[in-house]
Amino acid sequence: MIPGRTPAHPDAQLMEKAQAVKGRSLLADARRRLFRNKAAVASMVLLALIALMAVFVPVVSPYAFDAQDYSKISCAPSWWTADVPTCPGGAGGTHWFGTDPIGRDLFVRSFYGARISLAVGIVATLVSLAIGVLYGAASGFIGGRTDAFMMRIVDVLYSLPFIFLVIILMVIFNQNFILLFVAIGAVSWLTMARIVRGQTLSAKQKEFVEAARAAGVGTFGIITRHIVPNVVGPVIVYVTLTIPGVILAESFLSFLGLGIREPFTSWGVLISEGAGEMETAPWALIFPAALMAITLFCFNFIGDGLRDALDPKDR
Amino acid sequence: MLFYAIRRVLGAIPTLLVIITLSFFLMRLAPGGPFAGDRVLPPEIARNIAAAYDLDKPLWQQFLIYLERLAHGDFGPSYKIRDFTVTQLIMNGFPVSLKLGLLAITLAVAVGTTLGILAALRQNRPADYSVMTLAMIGITIPSFVTAPLLQLIFGIYGLHIFGLNLSLPVGGWNGGAAQNLVLPVIVLALGPIAVIARITRGSMVEVLRSNFIRTARAKGLPTWRIIVHHALHAGLLPLVSYLGPAIADIVSGSLIVEQIFGLPGIGRYFVQAALNRDYTLVMGVTIFYAALIITLNLLVDLLYGVLDPRVRLK
Repeated sequence: MIPGRTPAHPDAQLMEKAQAVKGRSLLADARRRLFRNKAAVASMVLLALIALMAVFVPVVSPYAFDAQDYSKISCAPSWWTADVPTCPGGAGGTHWFGTDPIGRDLFVRSFYGARISLAVGIVATLVSLAIGVLYGAASGFIGGRTDAFMMRIVDVLYSLPFIFLVIILMVIFNQNFILLFVAIGAVSWLTMARIVRGQTLSAKQKEFVEAARAAGVGTFGIITRHIVPNVVGPVIVYVTLTIPGVILAESFLSFLGLGIREPFTSWGVLISEGAGEMETAPWALIFPAALMAITLFCFNFIGDGLRDALDPKDR
Repeated sequence: MLFYAIRRVLGAIPTLLVIITLSFFLMRLAPGGPFAGDRVLPPEIARNIAAAYDLDKPLWQQFLIYLERLAHGDFGPSYKIRDFTVTQLIMNGFPVSLKLGLLAITLAVAVGTTLGILAALRQNRPADYSVMTLAMIGITIPSFVTAPLLQLIFGIYGLHIFGLNLSLPVGGWNGGAAQNLVLPVIVLALGPIAVIARITRGSMVEVLRSNFIRTARAKGLPTWRIIVHHALHAGLLPLVSYLGPAIADIVSGSLIVEQIFGLPGIGRYFVQAALNRDYTLVMGVTIFYAALIITLNLLVDLLYGVLDPRVRLK
């Protein structure tokens, strides 16, 4: 007999069974469905690896991200030996992704680029999340004429060509680093606001909200206990789909020369530099482009997986 | 319907005003005047230049002057490209951008819907999966990656299949010759193709399950006839509402594509102007494109009302 256990109550088995059946909340259910989705799980693992590499790249590689070595200009990638002459000048060295035209190691630069691209993606998405959720929830919860007016503003903003405004902002503020995050975030909250408003409106009219009101729960309690949990699902899904959009927007600006500036780098900058010399050094384009494409893929797969997991009726 | 159209046109005016005001005052926030960078000018000359461009007047007066000129279709002179007005530059570049955009959107709709229908008909089979994987690739890989890759394959290496020379020029306008258009149009259309394919597949899958399609099948109509005459009309409606965003996508995509392929369109002007701090040109292009996008969105919405009798435009 297992120590510490009293002899079984006649109904113990039944109780255990009942507990096993009961113990599954909506979120646990969603998590289970998400983890059964192979593409989503593989994407999460890959993304985690890329993020870890971005954090620990100075430990992994001996090269500094801005160190120039003029004896190693545009070296081809070499993975195993340092003796093979992979550089046009005859020098060699283990540069996993090769080097660029001023002799900087592209492996290190690719993952330093990952740092900035991922940071922009996450920070700008958080900005858009904060604005979008507050705006949408306020609009949906207040309702009536205020709602109509607030949504009209969103409609107006929707028809603006935003990339142009971001470009103007970047030019005026001289490519300020932080502003880049905020500017991209500030222009991508519109869809978020619409989603949150729609969800709030429909949640507000549900019976359980009415019941809570009848039971004397205050407005704050209703919002935090009942509205927010019902809005969270679609918001999470949209967040995972906003991050790749923001990463793309940042690389778009950097490609045009309006984003991140030297010696810092991002995937957009690396791709732009790589595209310039793809004839002689295709690795300078292929590695950063592949890294970015993989990341965007992963976010999209996770987003799709989350949508399927959180919204069972949509399958 | 007419009432709706009038209301929408009237509604577009404040939107445009917002854009004009925003871009005007943002530009004035910029440090330094438009001629600050050149060389130190004698004060009299500096004053004359300021007077010539109305820069000596109070800001609100400058704004009113700008608005008044704008009402006459005059975007003012370019600060950096001397002897040209912004209006002239836009009118020079617009035909190029328009041709590129129209071809791209036509290609995107044609290829995207075809792929989407194909995927819907073969739902959850290899053809469906491969189309959807392609669509995912099309959405995630940005045009500034596909453009150099296609240039590399078709231009620099030159593709030869069965002795056919499929090489294409990697850039230049060449008076709009067909071979110069192929690569830019394809690059510009790839993203929209992917989105359109996804939308079409989704709505076609739904439509193909509906009762009137089953009835058509029961009557013994051939599959192509069911698709062309019955399913397509309902299945393509969601696509119409994507056309608005698609236009905006193609416009912003043209910034990149015109730059990479060296095409003399508006997009390239805009990027150069932004980098050179040619403020009037940046403002002019922004306002011009905003007006264009608003107009096209309006047309798309009206088209939606015509195509779908269930939509009541009020």
